[in-house]
Order: sequence, then C-alpha cells, then structure tokens
Amino acid sequence: MQTKDEALNLNMVIIGASHAGVSAAFNLRQQGWKGRIILLDRDPQLPYHRPPLSKKTLQSDALVSSPLKAEKAYIDNEISLNLGQNVTSVDSKTQQITLANSEVIPFDKLIIATGCDAFIPPIKGLSDTVDETGVNRFFAMRTYADALAIKSALTNSKDKQVVIIGGGYIGLECASSFIALGAKVTVIEKQSHILSRVTSHVMSDFLTQLHRDKGVTLTTGKDVVEVIHQADKHIVVCGDGTQYPADFIIVGVGVRRNTQLAIAAGVDVEQGVKVNAVCQTSHPNIFSIGDCTEYFSQRYQRWLKLESVQNAVEQAKTVAQFITGNLPTVVPDTNTVNQTIQNDSRPNTQEAVPWFWSDQYQCKLQIVGLSDGYDELIVCQESAEQFSVWYFKADRLLCVEAVNLAKAYVLGTQAIKHNMQVNKSLLSALDTELTKTSLLIEPVTSLN
Amino acid sequence: MAKVIFVTQNNGSMEVEGDSGSLMELAVANGVAGIDGDCGGVCSCATCHIYVEPADFEKIGQPEEIESDMLQLDDNVREFSRLCCQIEVSEVIDGMTFVVAN
Ligand SMILES: Cc1cc2nc3c(=O)[nH]c(=O)nc-3n(C[C@H](O)[C@H](O)[C@H](O)COP(=O)(O)OP(=O)(O)OC[C@H]3O[C@@H](n4cnc5c(N)ncnc54)[C@H](O)[C@@H]3O)c2cc1C
Ligand code: FES
Repeated sequence: MQTKDEALNLNMVIIGASHAGVSAAFNLRQQGWKGRIILLDRDPQLPYHRPPLSKKTLQSDALVSSPLKAEKAYIDNEISLNLGQNVTSVDSKTQQITLANSEVIPFDKLIIATGCDAFIPPIKGLSDTVDETGVNRFFAMRTYADALAIKSALTNSKDKQVVIIGGGYIGLECASSFIALGAKVTVIEKQSHILSRVTSHVMSDFLTQLHRDKGVTLTTGKDVVEVIHQADKHIVVCGDGTQYPADFIIVGVGVRRNTQLAIAAGVDVEQGVKVNAVCQTSHPNIFSIGDCTEYFSQRYQRWLKLESVQNAVEQAKTVAQFITGNLPTVVPDTNTVNQTIQNDSRPNTQEAVPWFWSDQYQCKLQIVGLSDGYDELIVCQESAEQFSVWYFKADRLLCVEAVNLAKAYVLGTQAIKHNMQVNKSLLSALDTELTKTSLLIEPVTSLN
Repeated sequence: MAKVIFVTQNNGSMEVEGDSGSLMELAVANGVAGIDGDCGGVCSCATCHIYVEPADFEKIGQPEEIESDMLQLDDNVREFSRLCCQIEVSEVIDGMTFVVAN
C-alpha cells in the first residue's frame, strides 16, 4: 500500500500537450491522482483546438487560437505546463526523460501523447520552396503557427493562387476556407477519388462535386512529380506533364506518427505506438494515447490507428481511470501486457465508437464508426443537401456518414454503440422519417 | 456584458462574466467542470450540455435542429437541455443560472 506522502511524491510526466495530453492531465486530477503532473510540449502556444485551424481559424480575421483550457485551469489543477520544451529522449530503465536543454526529469509513470506531424513527400523541388526573400512557399497545416504562416502567405500573395497537394480532409477544409477568402484553389489528388482511403465513392463524388461547384479546380489520379520555381510563381508539375502555377503550396498528404520517443524507450512500435485497451505500452509504466498510437479493436477485430479528437480524448479518459484505479472494468495484468495487447478482456460494448466530423462550406459531415470492409451501402436522401450513407457488413452496421443530418448520425451512433440491428427496408424507402423506434431493432447478440 | 452562474454536478457554483463568444467558451475559459467542449464549439460532440431554467428557455431562443438532434446522444437529455456552444454570451442571458449536465 502506498502512503499518502508517497503518492504526493509520484511524478506523472506527459509528453505532448494537445487534445490527448491535456485531457489526460485534467482527467488524472479529476480521478484523484495526488502526485505531480508535468505536462510538456515543444509548441510554445497555450494548448489549443486543432480542428478549427483549417476551418474557422483560417477564415477569421482575428486568427486567434481556441485554447483547450484556460491558463488558469492548469494552475488551479496543479498541472505544471511546460511549453516550448522539446523532449529528446526517454530512458525506460532509469525512468527519466531528457529535454533539448539537457534537463532531466524522472518519471514514475509516463504518457506519450506526441501525436503526428504532417508527412512531407519526397517531391523534387518541394523542400526548397522558398522565394527570393526567404519566405517559405509551401506549408503543412498542423499547428497554430502553420495557420498563421498560411494566412499571411495568402494575404501577401499576388494572385491568391493556391495549390493543395492531397485531397484528404485537411486539404479539402483548407480549400473551402481559401474559397471563402477569395482565393483561386487547385486540389491535386493522387488517387482516382478524393478521400479514397476513408470513404466510399458516394461521399467522395458528393464532395468532389461540391468543391467544383464552389470553384475549386479538383483533379484526381495525378501524381505531383516536381515543383519548379519561377520569378514569382511556383509551378507544380504532374506526372502527365500538366502544370499548375501557385503563389504558395499546401501539402496535405497525410501524417507521420511521432513514435521516435517510444522507439527510444524500447516499447513495441509498428506504425504507431502499440497499446492495449487501457493504453499501456509493452512497458508497464509507459502509456501512450492519441494520434501516435495503434490499438487492437475488439469491435472491428483489427489494429486501428485513429486520428481524431474523439480517440485522443477517449484514450485520455481511459488511461487516467486505469492509472488511478478507477476503471470500472476488468484490467489486464501488467505482467502479461504483451498478451493483453491482443487479448483484451474488456467487454466489447465498452469500447468507444469512433466518430469524426468535417466542416466544408455549409456542409457538416459527421461520421460514426468505420466503413472499411463494408459489403453493402444504403444512401438515405432527405434533400439535395441532406443525406446519410449507411455501411453494412451483412446485417451489421459498421458506419454512418451524415451530411447536414445530425439525426442520422445520432441514430447510427446508438445502433453501433448498442449493437442494434437496422431495419434496412425502412432505410431504403427514401421518404421514411428516420426514428429510433421504427429503425433500430433488438441488439445483435453475437458480434462476429 | 453578462453575468451568469454555472452549477456543476458536484454542486459547486461559479459566477462568471463575459461579453462575447459562446457560453461554452466562457465556461471553458473559467474552468467550469463538466463543460469539455471537445469539438471546439461546432455542435459535433455534445460535451457542453447544460440545463436551462424553464423560465429562461424561451428567452434564449429555440435550438436549431442539429442541436436538438445532437442532444439525443446524451442519456441525460431533458426538456430544457441545451448545448451551450450554441448560446451566445449577451445581455439576453445576463443573470441566468445554468446547471451543468455531466
Ligand atoms: C488542421 C486539422 C484539422 C483537423 N480536423 C479534425 C476534425 O474536424 N475532427 C477531428 O476529430 N479531428 C480533426 N483533426 C485531428 C485532431 O486534431 C487530432 O486527432 C488530435 O489533435 C490528436 O491529438 P493528440 O494530442 O493525439 O496529438 P497532436 O494534436 O498531434 O499533439 C501532439 C503534441 O505533441 C507534441 N510533441 C510531439 N513530439 C514532442 C516532443 N518530442 N517533445 C515535446 N512535445 C512533442 C506536439 O508539439 C503536439 O502538440 C484535425 C487535425 C488538423 C491538423
Ligand atoms: S462544444 Fe461540441 S457540441 Fe458544443
């Protein structure tokens, strides 16, 4: 048994103060962690919401960040927030971390919440996309500083001509914000469809049309091979020889998970830091949460790497409950972590259902569940601007994507969460008013 | 300018004041427990759920359809529930008391 004084002396170190790290720190306090909480981030900005960066922040004149928590809240909760601090190494044997300024901090428990960086593909000429005055002309959109730089590049550009490499959510949201700001926007996607890795052709076609209607030049199936710098333009060159001039370029082709520190610590890492259902790595005192992780999903029966606020916040809650002994479910035996990583003993219904949103122009897209592996999809059209797409594998609902239709999103969430079956015939009948009682039927007893 | 009171689930009460932005932002800026605002105020997460006094409900104005729908995600939804990211801080809410739902 720990004495009270011992508990007070424990060091909880959290690397990464964004959606996951900040949420973990506050949840730990709420759940009764008595020891120190040392939260570090290399970003100097008071921790902020990332999703608005490509949406509201970019469009607003004021360009203010939306803080996750007020500065005062960290003080009130005795969370030591250390900004502008880059952690350079983790030693899992001596249980300490080292900062860029050589400071060493010991930990009793460590949470790695280092998230992702934007992936910059090796395209000829991209790395030196700097103009004669030394101003960077290609940007990623990941941090508040990125948003500031992009906004100022747009303001100072001659023709407001932007090329976005990559038709993923972030690229498309930037496109929508640039259009609102009066820019000329080109989106170049390598695959034959935008968002091809995450959604069906239905949603992809809808969003393609939406962007084109708003004036975006959206091309697919084109590989960017080079960026050439001319007097006052950057020319983006595709494999088929087509060229797109730009005042500046946004690169939105995906992310690189920040797993370096976890690798240095010697814990299991594949594409993400591998964690079990309570976010523990293969080292019992080292945990990991948020975008940098991957976990085995009982619900979907595969390893998941999620990049969403929902996952960051949910994992933060779970890890805080586990560390403080408040997790109301079966917990894995720390001596057999490697087995429990795969062999998760928590009941399926306790596993969080993934959800995500994206706002583009006047369209609010809300997604619950994951559509991979579907064998049937049903489109439910309410009006030209309002519809939902329901993805099934046999009778099991995997995912619902709703456009300007929160009702469908909510019904989908309830069905997936409680393993309820959906009355497909009602869904197919276009003019059926969606209601819980008509649409959702008894829970499916067996999941797989 | 508006002064409002938040009553939290552990029966704490906090008087806060502001003159712009959303009620969710005001709550977060003051560290009101139970108002997480995970989606940053775009009506996508339902983590900013409050109960409004019945007499004040009409004064604030009717919630939009998306908000009423999103509220159904929370098991604690009641007749006078609102998502406070959809409520603007203004004189209209001056003096009101809000109970944090979670
Ligand atoms: C432009 C944009 C729009 C988005 N829109 C949506 C959306 O609409 N909906 C949604 O659900 N999600 C959205 N996301 C994704 C969402 O923001 C992420 O899933 C979320 O930020 C993940 O949180 P995290 O804390 O795990 O990681 P991150 O937010 O990536 O934070 C990791 C932190 O760790 C710090 N760090 C890394 N390495 C070190 C080190 N060595 N030393 C010190 N600090 C370090 C970084 O500086 C960073 O602050 C969006 C993301 C972006 C960039
Ligand atoms: S803050 Fe997300 S719904 Fe209000």
